[in-house]
Amino acid sequence: MTTTLALQIGWGTTLALKTVIVLAIIPLGALVLGYVFLLKMMSHMQSRLGPMDPGGFHGWFQLVGDGMKFLQKEDIMPEQADKRVFATAPAVVVISTFLVFLVIPMGPDLVVKDLDVGVFYALAVSSLSVIGVLMAGWASANKYALLGALRAAGQLIAYELPLLLAVTGVVVQANTMSLQGIVYAQQDGSIFGWSGVGNPFILTQFVGFLLFVVAAQAELTQTPFDMPVAESELVAGYMVEYTGFRFLFFFIGEFGTATAFAALAATLFLGGWSLPWVHGDAANWLGPIVLFVKLMFVAFLMFWARFTYPRLREDQLQALAWKVLIPIGLVNLLVTGVFKVAF
Amino acid sequence: MSTTESPANAPGFEVDRDAIRHLADAQINVELDTGDMIINLGPQHPATHGTLRLVVRLDGERVLAADPVIGYMHRGYEKLTEFRTYPQITTLINRIDWLSSFANEVPFVDAAERLMGVEAPPRAAYIRTILTELSRIATFVLFLGEMGLQLGALTPAFYGFRDREHVLNLIEGATGGRFHPNFNRIGGLKDDLPWGWIAETRSVMSKILTACDTFEDLVAGNEIFLSRTRGIGVIPGEIGAAYGVSGSNLRASGVDWDLRRDGRPYLAYPEIDFQVWTHPDGDSFSRYWVRLQETRESVRMVLQLLDGLPAGPVMAKVPRIIKVPEGEVWAETENPLGQMGYYVVSKGATGPFRVKIRSASFSNVSILPWLLKGVYVPDVVTILASLYFILGDIDR
Amino acid sequence: MARIKLPGMIGGLGITLKQLVTPTVTVQYPHEKEDPPTRARGVIALQEENCTVCMLCARSCPDWCIYIEGHKEKRPPRREGGRDRTVSVLDRFDIDYALCMYCGICVEVCPFDAIHWSPEYEYSEPDIAKLLHDKVKLGEWMPSVPDAEPLEVGAESGKKKK
Repeated sequence: MTTTLALQIGWGTTLALKTVIVLAIIPLGALVLGYVFLLKMMSHMQSRLGPMDPGGFHGWFQLVGDGMKFLQKEDIMPEQADKRVFATAPAVVVISTFLVFLVIPMGPDLVVKDLDVGVFYALAVSSLSVIGVLMAGWASANKYALLGALRAAGQLIAYELPLLLAVTGVVVQANTMSLQGIVYAQQDGSIFGWSGVGNPFILTQFVGFLLFVVAAQAELTQTPFDMPVAESELVAGYMVEYTGFRFLFFFIGEFGTATAFAALAATLFLGGWSLPWVHGDAANWLGPIVLFVKLMFVAFLMFWARFTYPRLREDQLQALAWKVLIPIGLVNLLVTGVFKVAF
Repeated sequence: MSTTESPANAPGFEVDRDAIRHLADAQINVELDTGDMIINLGPQHPATHGTLRLVVRLDGERVLAADPVIGYMHRGYEKLTEFRTYPQITTLINRIDWLSSFANEVPFVDAAERLMGVEAPPRAAYIRTILTELSRIATFVLFLGEMGLQLGALTPAFYGFRDREHVLNLIEGATGGRFHPNFNRIGGLKDDLPWGWIAETRSVMSKILTACDTFEDLVAGNEIFLSRTRGIGVIPGEIGAAYGVSGSNLRASGVDWDLRRDGRPYLAYPEIDFQVWTHPDGDSFSRYWVRLQETRESVRMVLQLLDGLPAGPVMAKVPRIIKVPEGEVWAETENPLGQMGYYVVSKGATGPFRVKIRSASFSNVSILPWLLKGVYVPDVVTILASLYFILGDIDR
Repeated sequence: MARIKLPGMIGGLGITLKQLVTPTVTVQYPHEKEDPPTRARGVIALQEENCTVCMLCARSCPDWCIYIEGHKEKRPPRREGGRDRTVSVLDRFDIDYALCMYCGICVEVCPFDAIHWSPEYEYSEPDIAKLLHDKVKLGEWMPSVPDAEPLEVGAESGKKKK
């Protein structure tokens, strides 16, 4: 019996609830992030309005309508495509996103399973999407798709390392790999003795935060790292042969992963669901909202950079990862370790 | 037949005959070679500004050979001109390069006026110059925005379109058409300017200067943009001139050649001061930079022209039905995309016997097989964007 | 005014952020509409009384999109004992807007001021055959033809603009 939010819920019901919530969060997160950032923020940055008519009020229904449109499209598969691989590739990408959400906590008790190796598990599982991208590019029987997939493989693997190094700094400072533990470390921590706002790791791990956001940008294949999906060259790269609901899967996967990474960044650096003066059951009510606000802030940073910068060429991208970001990450880790031992 | 000075006499230019020897052997070779991949960029592709097809042989991400295939947009302009009168042709030819539409009409009308021996009054020459420079500004502002788009920055393209709207509204206020002004007549212009146009032009020019500053900060100052364009697609001055590349592309390779200053004097250019911008590098960034500076220079030219606009008629005395006497003439101008010329052969009828159109983009694109050897696929897009051709100009 | 030179990437972020909070310039057609300038070439209007079926407009159109038919009629003489007058009566005056390229040659060559430009532009049809406007429909555009506007300083007055 779990007692959460002053309710008595049985074990089976909890499991069912958790499954449904995780399954629902991905499309919902994709919808909200897609609407706010892709449709509205991008439009206003480009001095235009974005959708205004669907749904009446500033076009909020646009993405839902788009989803419905995709669902009723014909299922086209290229003749020479590898049918089974072609069909499962989007599923692999989306499944890896679902698996990340299993460890992200939204409140003291609102987590599907608080693993002791939460952070390690989250990073490991998010790199499964590379396989999905390669499958999509190869099975499409299309030279453009192949080019995009090969670029993606190199890029996604290269940027795993800065991501990892940024996170390791946080782990060293928090003494634990479990995400709940990291949140509690931030909530209960103190800055030079003053515990007014806890100790959000963004203050000490500022370099790590920037590193994480840049690496997450690359993991999501967003400009300036969107060579695999270079719209003006390869016209959707590895996704070019995908139409209808398969493309919808990729789209939801992309924005769902954006939600996941933003939520991870919010949890690791900004304190996740915690507010410093809120504890106990009230945190269970406020937690999801707080986490949502923090992840929207991180997502704002990522999308802001996305709409401003041109894209880097593949070799420049790799050079950035291996020659610039990884050394910075290593130095960051070194400095964190030294300070951890000293203080 | 008139001759003009050629870029061969411009300072800093020597022709290397050995380099030219391997030019012009572009053949379409689509046999499948093992180990290499052949990709079609186009004819429907976001990067090729229209229906240009590039058959590219790749080794991984490196281009081994590239052949442009053109003609998907051929509309038969030269044939059309054989069956139309001079005023009718003026309405058609501003669709050759549709972004700088007014500038297409100018050399043709210049040719016809020279054959007839008619000279447009000074006010007409000034207004023609103002409108030509306005279309140059419109074309270049769009270029400044959409080169960022080709490189992946979505935002500058919208700023380019938005700032271009002001200039298009000006052109519409004067001529009645945003894209196809059809304002030139043999002997002058159709109409004079409407009331309030000059004041509005001045305010639009200050908006354009602000827009140029925005582009300089947002695009040209961006380190990612610099690393994507510096050193990419270098055209040495001699090779460029040998292939017939003209306009800002050639000036960005260090060749100091501008038909407004160096060619046969036309319109009101002899009366104003302007600077010709060159850049020594010859890479994609210098082509962007030169066009940015030329936009600012065009703004200054327009303001000078507005200050010096003479009063008077806009149309010389020409007969109602225009019959151009027999003769041949070559008229060329410095269009926004490069050097555009018309060779008009007239046999004394109401329409020309034959018009040969020398369009700037046709020659600009001919350098692509030479230029694209050994570059990466993303750089192909950068180079195409920086050369700035319009398909209507290539295919006519 | 000195412009502070920040590293280009930061400056770029600042520009997009500033644009985010600036009101957009979008005119939400069809809820709001912008007025085209007076000279805008929207549609051609016909004043039937002035037309003498001289066919100049149809002959000078580059696209040959004006279709004119007319016939001659006899009218009584103006004074007693004079000769009968013949007038040309317009039977058919169609402009096919699917072909028209809005160049304005027809409006310019008409010696009798029978056709005019009007800035109206909202006449798109789902059926392409309806883009052939007959003389009744062309006459209906006449009220939207604007008056001749004043010209700029330095223009030669006496040049009548249609």
